Amino acid sequence: MSLETTEIQDKLVETFGESVFHFNQEKDVFSFEVAADKITAIVLFLKNDPTLRFNFLTDVCGVHYPDNETERQFSVVYHMHNWYENKRIKIKAFISGETPDIKTISTIFPSANWMERETWDFYGINFIGHPQLKRILNMDEMVSHPMRKEFPMEDGGRTDKDDRFFGRTQSNR
Amino acid sequence: MKMSDSNIKMVAPPEGVSGEGFFATTLNDVVGLARANSLWPLPFATSCCGIEFMATMASHYDLARFGSERVSFSPRQADMLLVMGTISKKMGPILRQVYEQMAEPRWVIAVGACASSGGVFDTYSVLQGIDKVIPVDVYVPGCPPRPEQIVDGVMRLQDLVKSESVRRRSSPEYQELLKSYNIK
Repeated sequence: MSLETTEIQDKLVETFGESVFHFNQEKDVFSFEVAADKITAIVLFLKNDPTLRFNFLTDVCGVHYPDNETERQFSVVYHMHNWYENKRIKIKAFISGETPDIKTISTIFPSANWMERETWDFYGINFIGHPQLKRILNMDEMVSHPMRKEFPMEDGGRTDKDDRFFGRTQSNR
Repeated sequence: MKMSDSNIKMVAPPEGVSGEGFFATTLNDVVGLARANSLWPLPFATSCCGIEFMATMASHYDLARFGSERVSFSPRQADMLLVMGTISKKMGPILRQVYEQMAEPRWVIAVGACASSGGVFDTYSVLQGIDKVIPVDVYVPGCPPRPEQIVDGVMRLQDLVKSESVRRRSSPEYQELLKSYNIK
C-alpha cells in the first residue's frame, strides 16, 4: 500500500490545523505551505509519524521574491523524501523581508546544518538556534548575500569588459 | 660517435668572445641561459586548462624539451607558477600564499581566459584575473588554449628570463612591484 497525498494532507491538517495550507501537486511533487513559526514541529512530525516516515531531508534552500509584500519576501524550501514508499514532498515557509528569521531544523536533521549555512550565505536568512551560522561557500570577507536580487551578479572590478567591444552600444564610439 | 652525428639539439651559446680554450661572455647571459632552460613548473590547475597542460607535459607536446621536465608540486623548488583555470575569490589568498612560498627568482604564467581576466565568469564569486593578487609575467589566451599555445607561452617566458638582469630582483622597481601587491 502506497502513501497517498490525501493521507499526508489529512494528517497534517488534523494535527496542525491552519498552519498548513495551499496544498497542491506541482509536477509530480506534492507541495504545501506552512506557517514559518511551526516549521520545526511539522518537520519533526513528518519524520517521526509511523505512517508518514519522511526520514530523509533532501534539500533546504531559499528563494527571494522582491516583488512580494514585506511579510512574504523570502521563502525557505524544504524537500523531504520517504524512502520506504519512495514519496517526496516539498514544503515552503514564507518569512518577512525585514527580519528573515526561521528556526533551525539542524537539531532534527544534522544534514540541515550545511544547507542552512548555505542559505544564510546566499540569502541572509537567519536560522535561529543554528550551532554555527557562518559562510560556507563564499569568502569570509564578503559582506553581501549575493543571491538576493538587490545585489549585482557581475563583479564590479571587471576592467576588460568594455561594451564597445561586444557590440552592445549603438554608436560604438 | 662524433657530436655532429648526434640527434641531440643544444642551446646556442650567448654572444661572447671565444678563442683557443676559452669563451668569455657576460654573467647576465650565462645565468639567463641556465635559468631559461631549467624552468621548473608548478602547475596550479583548477579546471580545463589544467587538462591541456597535462597534454603539454606528456610525450606528444613534451614540455621537457624546454628544460621543464621536473614538475614541482612544492612551491619551494619551483621557478614558474602556471595558473590554469578559474580562481574563485575564496581561493585568491591560497594562490597568493603559494606564490609567497616560491623562492626568488620566480615567474608566473596565467594560462587561459579565466586566469587572465576571469573569462566568462564575470560574477561575484570569481577573481577577475590573477593579476589582482599576484604579478603575472606572461598571459596565454584561449578557452582553453591548445598545448601549442601553452608551449609558446613558456617560450615567451624563456625570452624574458634570458634577458633578465641578475640584479633585477633586488632593484627598487621590483620591490615597488611587490609592494603594490602587498607581498612581504
